Amino acid sequence: MKPVFTRPRSLADVTTHYCPGCTHGIIHRLIAEAIDELDIAERTIGVAPVGCSVLAYNYFNVDFQEAAHGRAPAVATGIKRALPDSVVFTYQGDGDLASIGTAEIVHAANRGEAITVIYVNNAIYGMTGGQMAPTTLAGQKTTTSPYGRDVKLCGYPIRMAELLSTLVAPRYIARVAVNSPAHVQQAKRAIKRAFEVQVNDRGFALVEVLSTCPTNWGLPPKKALEWLEENMIPYYPLGEFKVPKEAE
Amino acid sequence: MAKGKVVFNEDRCKGCELCTTVCPNKILTLDTKKINKLGYHPATVTNPEECIGCALCARMCPDCVIEVYRE
Repeated sequence: MKPVFTRPRSLADVTTHYCPGCTHGIIHRLIAEAIDELDIAERTIGVAPVGCSVLAYNYFNVDFQEAAHGRAPAVATGIKRALPDSVVFTYQGDGDLASIGTAEIVHAANRGEAITVIYVNNAIYGMTGGQMAPTTLAGQKTTTSPYGRDVKLCGYPIRMAELLSTLVAPRYIARVAVNSPAHVQQAKRAIKRAFEVQVNDRGFALVEVLSTCPTNWGLPPKKALEWLEENMIPYYPLGEFKVPKEAE
Repeated sequence: MAKGKVVFNEDRCKGCELCTTVCPNKILTLDTKKINKLGYHPATVTNPEECIGCALCARMCPDCVIEVYRE
């Protein structure tokens, strides 16, 4: 029998600390698959965030640097400018990228730094125990919005992919989800594309990945996939918001 | 004769059941008679002859527990 699915080489052969059913694991695997397929593991440098994925550097067989909270795009800028032949990616959550790190991501994108950003949006702060994030949906209950997010008080959930796609410099911006096998395949293509854009076009690429947080949403992992489909996708539509010009 | 085969790295399984929800033949389940190293009931295949080797389970598994082989 021939193998049709095995662990990608760039994904470290260890148990992750993520909760059962957390889709960080799927996204890690998709990144590792893209790195393997493009054969860039030897020159790839990841930048880990603060949040649930703070230990991401333990889970990839590539070089990694830890960044201060939200500052991964700034650190990635430095690495890429010092080592222009490297392939640099950041892995950031919504609390990291859309809250404390908003300035860094907006300006890294605006400068068109040739980095790949994987932005994992699960509409909540996971590591700190389920507080309201900038991406928390209107009416969504969290530990700091026990009656549901009140948009009059806290503003509306922020759509980073659309916001960044209004800038001139970014080459590739897409939003995908990982709540079904079909969406996982789409996510795989988008993540691979985001690495290709960096390698071939030397431009900024960002993929927003809608992810689940069964623990802090208070749902079993199976139900969390449905919750994402029914609540997040209508507000955060999937698709490619910006593609390299020649491909248009 | 089974067209496919799934192999579980049982001690990595966290029993989240994402694989069981996507299996088209519904032949995956949690083995409630077993407890793995992490303290969970690991996923297992109930009817290996019906496996078609589609690898949907492996693609949804967040912990890379499953390897899939096909004829």
